[in-house]
Amino acid sequence: MRGGKLMSLLYTKEQKELIALVKEMAENEIKPYIQELDEKGECPREMFKCSFDMGLHMLEIPKSYGGTGLSYETTAMIFEELAKVDAGYAVTFVTTFVALRNVILSGTPEQGKYFADVIGKGNFASFALTEPNAGSDPAAIRGTAVKDGDEYILNASKTFITNGALASLFVGFFKTDPEAGHNGISTFIIDADTPGITIGKHEDKMGLRLSNTTDVIFEDVRVPASNMLGKDGGGFKLALNALNLSRAFVATLAVGIMQRALDESIKYAKERKQFGKPIIKFQMVQQMLADMAIKIEASRVLVNNTMRLMDNGNLVRKEGAITKTFVSDCAQEVTSNAVQIFGGYGYSKEYPVEKLMRDCKVFQIFEGTNQIQRMTIAGVLEREYK
Amino acid sequence: MSFEEYKDIWVFIECFQGQPKNVGFELLGQGRILADRLKQKLCAVVIESNVDKAIDGAKCYGADKIYVVQGEEYKNYSSDSYGNAFLKLCHKYRPNTILIGATIRGRELGSKIAVSLRTGLTADCTALSVDEDNANVVWERPAFGGNLYAQILCSGTRPQMGTVRPGAFKKPEKEENNISKIITENIRMDKVSALTKVIDFIKSTEDAGVKLEEAEYIVSGGRGMKGPENFAMLKELADLLGGAVGASRAAVDSGWVPQSKQVGQTGKTVSPRVYIACGISGAVQHLAGMSSSDTIIAINKDESAPIFEVADYGVVGDVFEMVPALIKEVRSIKNL
Amino acid sequence: MNIVVCVKQVPDTTEIKIDPVKNTLIRKGVPSILNPFDKNALEQALKLKDRYGGRVTVISMGPDHAKEVLREALSMGADKAYLVTDRAFGGSDTYATSYILSKVIEKLGSFDFVLVGKQAIDGDTGQTGSSIAEHLGISRLSYVLDIEISESKCIVKRQVEEGIEVVETKLPVLCTLTKESNKPRYATIRGKIDSLKAEIEEIHLTDVPDIDTTKIGLNGSPTRVKATFTPKRQSSGEIMEAVNPEKTAKVLVGKLVESKLL
Repeated sequence: MRGGKLMSLLYTKEQKELIALVKEMAENEIKPYIQELDEKGECPREMFKCSFDMGLHMLEIPKSYGGTGLSYETTAMIFEELAKVDAGYAVTFVTTFVALRNVILSGTPEQGKYFADVIGKGNFASFALTEPNAGSDPAAIRGTAVKDGDEYILNASKTFITNGALASLFVGFFKTDPEAGHNGISTFIIDADTPGITIGKHEDKMGLRLSNTTDVIFEDVRVPASNMLGKDGGGFKLALNALNLSRAFVATLAVGIMQRALDESIKYAKERKQFGKPIIKFQMVQQMLADMAIKIEASRVLVNNTMRLMDNGNLVRKEGAITKTFVSDCAQEVTSNAVQIFGGYGYSKEYPVEKLMRDCKVFQIFEGTNQIQRMTIAGVLEREYK
Repeated sequence: MSFEEYKDIWVFIECFQGQPKNVGFELLGQGRILADRLKQKLCAVVIESNVDKAIDGAKCYGADKIYVVQGEEYKNYSSDSYGNAFLKLCHKYRPNTILIGATIRGRELGSKIAVSLRTGLTADCTALSVDEDNANVVWERPAFGGNLYAQILCSGTRPQMGTVRPGAFKKPEKEENNISKIITENIRMDKVSALTKVIDFIKSTEDAGVKLEEAEYIVSGGRGMKGPENFAMLKELADLLGGAVGASRAAVDSGWVPQSKQVGQTGKTVSPRVYIACGISGAVQHLAGMSSSDTIIAINKDESAPIFEVADYGVVGDVFEMVPALIKEVRSIKNL
Repeated sequence: MNIVVCVKQVPDTTEIKIDPVKNTLIRKGVPSILNPFDKNALEQALKLKDRYGGRVTVISMGPDHAKEVLREALSMGADKAYLVTDRAFGGSDTYATSYILSKVIEKLGSFDFVLVGKQAIDGDTGQTGSSIAEHLGISRLSYVLDIEISESKCIVKRQVEEGIEVVETKLPVLCTLTKESNKPRYATIRGKIDSLKAEIEEIHLTDVPDIDTTKIGLNGSPTRVKATFTPKRQSSGEIMEAVNPEKTAKVLVGKLVESKLL
């Protein structure tokens, strides 16, 4: 059944064609396997081959480093499309971009080139900040980096690390000066095959089950001092700046989840008959569908505008927080409505919507909880109004 | 335009390892109709290393003349050697009309000859007739996936040529007492000139049993069969009837059955006595491959499926109930 | 190695409907696509390029919007594309079309392979490839499954009704490809972006000066369409509801026995 028209963004011809291309590939090569993989809670590496072949991992690598250097705006459209099939699959690439962004923003050209080359070969990267006692409060990390000659010795116990088991490269945060609070954090590029790295258990999650999430233990891991990104003690600021960008970007995946929820709901509501007619003819179902469409439309436009600000070079501290908070809150309602429209069938794993509800919850949590986002927004507002 | 020096209807008798294929005989049947209408002779063309069976068959199926080119170099088909031989015959004897079976090899051969002779060839014809006024054959064929049929003429050049799908027409009755004049031509092709050479052959293991194009009974499955494992019951019914299993494009595209079983515009054309379509909606391009079956039976859950428009007997029901019921009933009447 | 691929833009004939009143084809709103079998031909060309190096050139004879399928071919990895277009080519049948394409192929320079799809899903003749080969004076192999080159020998596996033939062939050669030959690759993002900006050269009648104009267009076509019609549907069949499958089966088989079909 045809449906799910692109909504009211002014897509260029290039954008339309790229979206159509990714849509075709994702629906034929990835979608058929999703139900089974979601159940198992895994995504074998071969599943990514079609995306590597298409070059999805190259999109955010700058042209000067041999990448496609696509705008945030267009990349977000492509990843919305991928997220319609599975957001966990898409997150694997998005996380790699988060790590990459750190290196491009704060690293030397040599570091940027090195990182881009590894990813360009068809590899993933990971962003290792969070620890068991340092989630919303990253300054509380206990991981250390101790200088020894021209090396640093890293020790840390990182948790909830996306791509932990898949990554070829880590961008990790450790305290070079444990007394200095957030000014004592430094950032390092770490090759995944460096001795002393242990990948811990794979998290058995509520949603985004195709996304690999593990503990990562660094035990006396030695890295060259030249692997430090940016300056000593500049890690916190670096993390925040990079996260501002990725926070906004990740919202596009939630838009994809919501759109999928709407597509499935409309299709179902037109086919399912009760009391002699398709349920789409009942006003309360219509109300739900309309509210879903309103939220999706507003979310997509908001994401698109924030992407354009990012393409313009803006730091989007406030806008990123607003985007991620608004979109992730919308996604909760939209996916819940989808399950509601499907009724009893919506509650069953045989139908695609309960997964969407499970998948989107984490968007209110990761990349900084929505509560933290609201504090950030309020803080910016206070400073803006002098 | 006067084509007086072009005479006779020629039919190519394609063989494989000395065994003539049915399509050549099916075309002799059609060729006879054309020959009688045009008041000309029906001739068979045999190019082979082992010619006996082909000559015998051509005789029994009504050829007035049989042109024979024999040689070791014709053991395996090659469009170069066969084409060269056929063209030399054409130049010498000037046929009016040439019919070739639209097999994989036949299509190669037909178009090679047509281009070489700078004449028209109409491919995959489903019906042949003669234009009243001017002795042109009217070549009728499907296009646009079977959505449209066209009647083609080759009015300005001779020979006029057409390829016809195996199974589109039925073989004529055998005439054991028929006498054919055999004309042998010594046309050779040296090994050096041959551009292609068959060096090995891997026999197909799938189609053991009745060939789809020749089956009198076909039990065919479509999207409604829901999966490859469900084709087993279709095979059971086909075996009981002494026929073959076919499939729609949807079933083949889903990977449930090999492409060799596909019936339709991009698959095979069949005209069995009975065609049973199970869970097939009846897309136009499928109908193009089976609509000339004698009797069409359709089983489909959806009463508005287009297949019911061509079916002689339609059953609106569940294939998973009807097919087992049919198997049971056929077993009982055959006492099996 | 130089490989030429001939592609055609066709209406998606699985989407075509018939106007119930006028009994004509409804072509409006039917999407145009790259002929699926030509996609297989292109994939084979790209595979050869992957294995042995070389250049893949794609040509298509058609109106201006046929450039879309040439762009699609470029996005998949073809190196260069040409649109063969001219009023004078209009109305060509298989003979004339294959002649025009053969002259263009000759003009483009030396080649090792010409690859085309086994049939176009609109014309459905399946003759164009073999005809091109004849105009070029090379041999042809249809329903090719694989092409290998080793020690300057070209070995081709091709489908026949009875199985698979392994054929040694001299080059250049024309091959036709089918769905079973391969699974066409997707375009890459980079390829898609570049293809949208690519320059597609046009080849007109005047660009092929040695073409014999008596062999092109309507006048150069030995076959002509006399008439077209849409297939009639005979709705004279008997429809039964399978309320009781066993009973219905009995009735059905009974009728077949009666008509001496069983």
